[in-house]
Amino acid sequence: MAETLLSARSLRKDYRLPRGQRLRAVDDVSLDVHAGEVLGVVGESGCGKSTLGRCLLRLTEASAGSLTFEGHDITGLSERALRPVRQRMQMVFQDSYASLNPRRRIGDLLAEPLRVHPDAHGRRRDMRAIEARLAELVDLVGLTPDALARYPHEFSGGQRQRINIARALALSPRLIVADEPVSALDVSIQAQIVNLFADLQARLGLTYVFIAHDLAVVRQISTRVAVMYLGAVVELGATDDVLHAPAHPYTSALIAAVPEPVVRADKLMPSLRGDVPSPVNPPPGCRFHTRCPVARPVCGQDAPTLRAVPDGRQVACHFPLAG
Amino acid sequence: MLMTILRRLGQTLFVLTGISVLVFGVFFATPGADPTARIAGRNASPQTMAQVRHEYGFDRPLPVQYATMMKKLFVTRDLTSYVDRGEKVVPEVFKAAPVTLSLVTGAAIIWVVVSITMGTLAAALRGSWVDRGLMMLGLIGISMPVFWVGQVANLLSQSRYHDTIVFRWVPALGYVPFTESPWGWFKALVLAWITLAILFIGLYSRVLRADLIAVSGEDFMRTARAKGLSPTRVLLRHGLRTSLVTFVSLFGMDFAQLVGGGALLTEVVFGLQGVGRLTYQALTNLDLPLIMATVMYSAVFVVIANALVDMVYIVLDPRVRDGRA
Amino acid sequence: MTGVEPILSVEGLSLAVPRGRTAMLPILENVSFSVGQGEILGIVGESGSGKSLTALTIMGLIDIPGARVTGSVRFRGRELVGLSQRAFRPLRGREIAMIFQDPMTAFTPVYTIGWQIDEQIRAHSRVSRAEARARTVRLLGDMGVPDPERAAGRYPHQLSGGLRQRAMIAMALSCNPSLLIADEPTTALDVTVQAQILELLRSLRRDYGSSVLLITHDMGVVAQTCDSTLVLYAGNLAERGPTEALFARPGHPYTAALLDSIPPLHGVRPSRLPSIGGAPPSPASRPPGCPFAPRCVHDHPACHDSRPPVVREGRQDVACVLPGEGRSLPLRLREAV
Repeated sequence: MAETLLSARSLRKDYRLPRGQRLRAVDDVSLDVHAGEVLGVVGESGCGKSTLGRCLLRLTEASAGSLTFEGHDITGLSERALRPVRQRMQMVFQDSYASLNPRRRIGDLLAEPLRVHPDAHGRRRDMRAIEARLAELVDLVGLTPDALARYPHEFSGGQRQRINIARALALSPRLIVADEPVSALDVSIQAQIVNLFADLQARLGLTYVFIAHDLAVVRQISTRVAVMYLGAVVELGATDDVLHAPAHPYTSALIAAVPEPVVRADKLMPSLRGDVPSPVNPPPGCRFHTRCPVARPVCGQDAPTLRAVPDGRQVACHFPLAG
Repeated sequence: MLMTILRRLGQTLFVLTGISVLVFGVFFATPGADPTARIAGRNASPQTMAQVRHEYGFDRPLPVQYATMMKKLFVTRDLTSYVDRGEKVVPEVFKAAPVTLSLVTGAAIIWVVVSITMGTLAAALRGSWVDRGLMMLGLIGISMPVFWVGQVANLLSQSRYHDTIVFRWVPALGYVPFTESPWGWFKALVLAWITLAILFIGLYSRVLRADLIAVSGEDFMRTARAKGLSPTRVLLRHGLRTSLVTFVSLFGMDFAQLVGGGALLTEVVFGLQGVGRLTYQALTNLDLPLIMATVMYSAVFVVIANALVDMVYIVLDPRVRDGRA
Repeated sequence: MTGVEPILSVEGLSLAVPRGRTAMLPILENVSFSVGQGEILGIVGESGSGKSLTALTIMGLIDIPGARVTGSVRFRGRELVGLSQRAFRPLRGREIAMIFQDPMTAFTPVYTIGWQIDEQIRAHSRVSRAEARARTVRLLGDMGVPDPERAAGRYPHQLSGGLRQRAMIAMALSCNPSLLIADEPTTALDVTVQAQILELLRSLRRDYGSSVLLITHDMGVVAQTCDSTLVLYAGNLAERGPTEALFARPGHPYTAALLDSIPPLHGVRPSRLPSIGGAPPSPASRPPGCPFAPRCVHDHPACHDSRPPVVREGRQDVACVLPGEGRSLPLRLREAV
C-alpha cells in the first residue's frame, strides 16, 4: 500500500444563508489520497465536489473534521505555519482566464511563487535560479520560452490552462487538486490537456485529486474515483470497479446518462427523473432515495453510511448493486 | 414580506440613532467648546446662560445631555434658538419642509419623464443623429451650473422679458403654498423645477441609454426578439423594465439627497425658504439647535426616502424579493 | 425519415462582418445543408466554428452593424436572406422558434415564466389572457413540468435549471413552429437532466411533428439525438451526412480526429488520448486552403491552395481533397464498442 499523502476525516462545510438557513456543501466526507495516485471526484453541480477540493487544500476553511498531510495534522495550522505546506499542495482551476492577472506577463506570474517562497534549502532564490526554473516550467507544460514575455490574452484557452499548470508546478508540489481543469476547453484541446496531466504525473511522480463532472475524462485519468451526491461521497473505489460495475444506484444512473459518441439502435434514455434536490433541504434518510430507481421504504428513514463492500470499494447504499 | 419591512424599520432606527449621536458628538461634546455660550448666542446675559445650561442639562453627564436633546427634538419639540431671538426651531423646519418637498418632487417628475424618454429614444436610435443630438443636449445639461441656469431664468423671466407674452405669467420670486392656490403654487415653482431638473435629465438620460445598450446584449433580449416581438415591445417591456432597477436606485439616492437639503442653490436663486437654505443659515450663524434640527430632520427624510426606494426595488426585482438567496 | 420537400434549405450561406474601415472578415463561408420534415439535424463544432451564428443568421437576428449575409436560406420555399425585419417578425416564434443555452439568462428576470410564454402566444394569435394562460399551463405540463399551474407563476430564478429549460422549450413550442432551433440546449445542465431534455427533444418530432436544428459542441449529444449531422470547422463545412454513417466511418480527417480525442467511457482505456495539435484558427487567421490543414495529419501541398471542394464520400458529403485523390481515410483508430 502506497503512502497516504493526504487524509480527510469527517470533513464538513456549512454555509450560512439568509433567514437562518444552512447549506451543507460537504457532509461528513472521509477519504485518503495515496501518493502517486489520481483520485477522480465526480458528481453533478451542487454536489460539493469543488468545495471539497478547496477544503482539502484549506483554501476554504472546513466547518468540522480533520486533515492530515504527509502524516502531519494540518487542521488547525495558522496561515503562517501552513505556508511551507502550501508549497507542496497546489490547485488548478477551471477558468483559465480568470485565474491569470491580465496585466502581468507570464514570466512574472510564474516567477511570483518562486520569489515569495524559499527553495528546498530554505534560501531565497536568486535571479538566475528563478530564470532557470521558468525555462524548465514552460518546457514541462509544452510552451515555447517566448511565452514568458507575453500576456495572458495572447494565448488560447488550452495554452492558458498550460500556464496555470506551470504556475501550480513552480514550487514542485507533491499534490495538485485540479478543479474542472478541462471542462471549459474544446474537445480537441481537452485531450491535449488530459494527456499533459498524465505525462506530468509520470515524469514528476505527482499525485492528483482530479475534480470533474465529465465521467469519461475522469475515467481516462483516474486510478480511483469518488462519486459525490448532495455533499456526500456515495461510492469510492478503483476506477474500473466503480465505472464498469457501479455499486451505487446513483453511479449507475450517472453512467447511463452520459451520451456516448456512438450511434446505437437503442437511443440514450433518461435514467433519472427530475433535478438534484436543493442542498439546503436535502431529503431525509438516504439523500438519493427521492430519485433512486431501486429505493425501498427503509431508504427514506435510515441514512446509509459509507462502508466497505467485499471487493474493497466503499458504498453508501443499503442495497448495493455490486461488490 | 412583513419581516422584510420590520427589518428595514429596525435598520432605519439604527441609522438615525447613529447619525444623531455623531452630530451631537461633533457640535456638543467636542472638548474645548462650550455649547452653552453657543446656544445662548453672543453677548448673552448671565441669566440666559444659566437658563440654557439648566434647560439642556449641560451641567449633567453627556448621555443625559443627549437624551435631553433628543427629547426636545422629537417629543416636546420645543428646542429653541436663542441666536434667532428665541424662535422654536422644529416648527421652522416643518415650515421649510413642504417648500423643499414641492420643489424636489416637481423637479423629480420632470427629470424622470424627460430622461426616460430621451434615454430610451437615444438607445433605440443608437448611432443616429437623434442619438448624438440628445446625448449632446444631456452633456450640456450636466455642464451648466444650476445657480447660473437659475440666474439666467430669473433674468429672462423676471426682468428683461418679463413684459413679453412669454413670461408675463411668471410671479415674483418666492413660494406659494399649494393649499392656498394650486395654480399659484405651480406658477411659482415651475421654473425652479426645470432648473433643478436639467442637470439630472442630462445625467439620467445618459445613464439610462448606456444601461439599455448594455442590456440589449443580454440573452433575454435575444430571446425576446426570437419570440417575434416588435422592436418597441422588446425595448420597453424587456429592456427598459430591466434597466429601471438601476435607474430607481440612482433616483432614490438623488431624491433623498435633494429632499434632505441638497437643493440649496436652487432654493437660494428662486428665493424659496426650504430646508437647504435653513441648514445653510444655521451653519453660517453656528446656530446649534437649528443645526441639530435640520440635520436630524434631513436624516429622517433621507432614510425614509431610501426605505421607500428599497420597497420599489422589491416590487421591481423579484430576485431581491427572495432575499438574494 | 426525411420528407420529400425540406423545411429548411440553406445554400452557400456566408456571413462577413466589417473589420476596420474597408475589410470584411468572413465568419461563415459557403455553408449548405437542409432540414427535412420531422428531421433532427445536428450542427457540431468547437467554439469559433460559427455554429451559433449559423442559427442567428437563419433567424435574421444578426445585429452586428455592417454584417453582410449572402447565399440563400429557404424556409418552406420562402427566401429569408434579405427579408425585412418587419416581414421576418411573424415568422419568428411562430414558424421558427429558438431555444438557447442558458435558460437562466435567456428568460427576462423580472417576469414570471407564465407571463413570458403568454406574451409569445399573444404576440402571434388573437387570444384572451385567460386562453393564453390555459395554453401555457398545458404546454408546461406536456413538457414534464410538475405542478404547471404553480410553475407558471414563478420567476426564472426560482426554478431549477432543468425546469427552466423545459419552460424554455414550452415557450418555443407555444405557437406550433415547424422548425425549432436549439442552440446548446443542454450545455448548462447536468448529465442526468441533459438525458431528460434530449429525450424531450426527440419526442417533439412524434408529438408535434417539429423539425429540429440542434446546435452543440458535444459529439455524444449528436450521436444520441440527431438523424443527420453537419460538422463545422472555422466557419466552413467539414462534413455532412447521416449521423450513423458519419460516426461509423467519418469521411473528413477533422471529424475522425475529433471523435478519437473523446475519452471512451467503456472498453479499453487508451494510455494516451489521440489529440489534435494546436487550436482552431481565429476568423482573421484562417489559411487560404483547407482551414483544418495546419492541424491535419494528412496535410499535403494540395490542401493549401483553395478551400477544398465538397465531394461525395460514402453516404456523406466531405470538404476534403483526399477522396478526389482516390485516398480515403483509414478506419477509425478506435472502433465503436
